[in-house]
This record gives sequence, C-alpha cells and structure tokens, in this order.
Amino acid sequence: MSNAENVLSPEYKEALKTLLFQLADDDFLLSFRGSEWLGLAPHIEEDVASSSISQDTMGHAAMYYKLLEDLGEGNADALAHARPAEERKNSVLAERVNGEGYYLETPEYDWAYAVVRNFFYAQAKKVKIDSLRTSSYQPLAETAVKVSMELYYHLMHWKLWFTQLLSSTDEAKRRMNNAIELVMKDFGDIFSYGNAKDAIEKEGLIAKEEELKANWTERMKPVFESLGMEVPAIPAASEKNGRNGEHTEDLTEALTTLSEVYRLDPAAAW
Amino acid sequence: MATPIESLNERKIYEALKNVKDPEIDTVSIIDLGMVESASLEGDEVKVVLLPTFLGCPALEIIKKNTENSLKELPFIDKVEVEFIYNPPWTSDRITDEGHKGLRKFGIAPPPEHFEEDGSWHVDCPYCGSTYVTMDNIFGPTACRSILYCKSCKNPFEAMKPVSTMM
Repeated sequence: MSNAENVLSPEYKEALKTLLFQLADDDFLLSFRGSEWLGLAPHIEEDVASSSISQDTMGHAAMYYKLLEDLGEGNADALAHARPAEERKNSVLAERVNGEGYYLETPEYDWAYAVVRNFFYAQAKKVKIDSLRTSSYQPLAETAVKVSMELYYHLMHWKLWFTQLLSSTDEAKRRMNNAIELVMKDFGDIFSYGNAKDAIEKEGLIAKEEELKANWTERMKPVFESLGMEVPAIPAASEKNGRNGEHTEDLTEALTTLSEVYRLDPAAAW
Repeated sequence: MATPIESLNERKIYEALKNVKDPEIDTVSIIDLGMVESASLEGDEVKVVLLPTFLGCPALEIIKKNTENSLKELPFIDKVEVEFIYNPPWTSDRITDEGHKGLRKFGIAPPPEHFEEDGSWHVDCPYCGSTYVTMDNIFGPTACRSILYCKSCKNPFEAMKPVSTMM
C-alpha cells in the first residue's frame, strides 16, 4: 500500500485523489454538522445515538484522509482542517447549517431537516459504498467493507425516524415535507464527480453517476411506497456544484469554527 | 536448539498481549476481542498487526501504546512495531469464548452469533441470563455497544454490537 504511488499512472492517481477528497469532505462536513447537535437532540437516547453516528462518520472521513496521506497528499489532520473552502470537494448538502442560530447561543435547529438530510445522505453513501467494495483501488475497496458495517446501523436509524415522523401528526408531515424539498434542492451534486466525471468513471474506481442515481431511487422506493409517497426526483444539477469547489458561506463559517483549535497549534499531538 | 527457545519467546509475547486490556473494559484483552491478526518475532524485533473494531474508536491510539509498552517489557525484545490494518475487517464473531466470559463479567452481553432475517438480533441479560429483554438504544456509550434493559432483573445493560461483512 505504501508504494502505491510508485505503480499508479498519473491519470489514475489524479482521479483517485479527487474521488477520495469528495468522499472524505462529505463525511467530514456532515459529521461536523452532526456534532453541533450534541446536547440538543430531541431526547437523551437520540443524543447518544446521533453523536455515536457522527463519531463513526468522522472515523470514515479520517480513513479517506489517511488514504490520501498514503498517496503523498500530506498529513491527514492538515487535509481535514487546513484546506480552504474553495479546495473542498464536498456536496453542498453536507455543509448546510442545521438551522437558524449558533449552537452555543440560541440555536433553532430543525430536527426534520436533520432526519431527512441524514437519511437521504446515508442511503446515497450506502449506494456508493456498495459500489466501492469492488473498486479497482484495493485499499479503498477494503475501507468500503469496513465502513459498510457501521453504515448499516446509521441507515436503519434514520429510516426509522423518517418513516415514523411521516406517519405522525399533520404538523410533523408538513415539516418533513418542507425538509424533503430543501434537501432535494441540494441533491444535484451528491452523485456528481464534477469536472472529474470522465476521469473517475473510466478507471473502475466506482460506478457511473447515472447508475448510482438509479440505485438510490430504487432503494428509496419501498420506503416511500410504504408511506404512500413518491420518491422525489434527483435534480440534474444544483445551483452550485461542491465537487468543483463551489460552496456557500455556510462552509466558510464551518471551517473557521471546526479548525479553530487546530490552527492554535498545528503541531500539537492529540 | 533454537526451536524451543523461539516458541518460549512466542509464548511470552502471547502472554504480554493477553495483558493488554480494552481501556474501557478491563476484563477483556485485545486477544479476547480478536483484534490481534498476527504477531511475528524476528531477531529482537516484534511486529504486531491489529484490527480496529470501529473506525472512529478513540481508544485505538491508547491500545497501540499499551501494546508497545507491554511488549517492550520483555527482555528479549528491543523494537516493537504496531500496525492497524483493515483487511480482513474486524467482525464481532472474532471475539473468543474467553472474551464472551470477560464481557459478561463486566455486565456487557457478548454479541449474538446470528441475525434474524430482518437484520434484528437478540441477546440475553448478562446478569441473570433472562431472555426477557428490550432494546433501549442500538447506539451506546461507545461506538461498539448498544443499550438494553432486562425486564426480569430490572437492570439496564449493554451489549457488544454485532457487525459482519454481510452488512
């Protein structure tokens, strides 16, 4: 694994690194947003559950950054903390704030948005991980097997919240439907590889964008049908494509907050 | 005769690894948990390959350090190298019988060996052995544990979360 960089062609390595940054930044930002919910979730058991999921997800991001480190991209901690917004490859969905307000002051976070974002994201991640299990890059395929075991519980958890809230009161349904609309607006770059589409798809690293989209819709179908609803269509493109470094102000603020301690002393041992 | 000395030293390495406990569950070692994939001695250098349980587990660095310290105490060892690998992946069926006993002693139900068809699973109460238990939270105080409640002896308890490559 450590001599991987010597045997891979420059084109292959470039495509691989771009894909790894997309996977890493997605999990990193979403787990940061999850961590902002700590102490604020609807009840104590949920606080334990969702923070545990955020911890797992941060672990997955760390694995991807480590794979990048092995490819000579530099230290994993620095890759996670020190890269500016325009270099980030995460989907815009992963960077969005949880709602109004700051978590240390008077946050008015939206739990419906958290449930929908996490459920739709976890299912998208599942579809990608299933494909990555047969990735042409062996270390990535091995990571996918490990991630998959933990993701199984995440998906189960968010699916339960999703179906229960949509089977609940009118108020709950209204909020959930609003959240679905919001999340889908940002769903256009979830399965996008951005400008690296051709490069990534031809190397056998992961399935094509269209195939992943179709798989996501297929997996979502039974859940929506059981609720008497239709799976929302994945937009062809979003206003901004995070895979190409196009982001919102939310990302800049998130990076400032999450890297504050790191920047105080980048050489500190943890 | 080199062979008997080698096997004696290997025995000592095994014993030293048995002394490396889970930092949060002192009744089970990394051997009991099935985290040790291999340990090989070459001259005065030993290399240990470990499998992490959950990827985000903050105890991994502590386990690594404790493994190094435990092996460095052996007089015939000069250098210790500890590496984490992800293939084969750690699965909960790697926990040994000894590990199952150690977990129960700590009040944690060992992971079940089978899943139901719908992916759900069942464990018995580690305190009284009752099968009359409910799942409180599939997520627990650490990434690898769930929280349950025994309706017979009225104790809350934890269970090691089962994970397999079938998931």
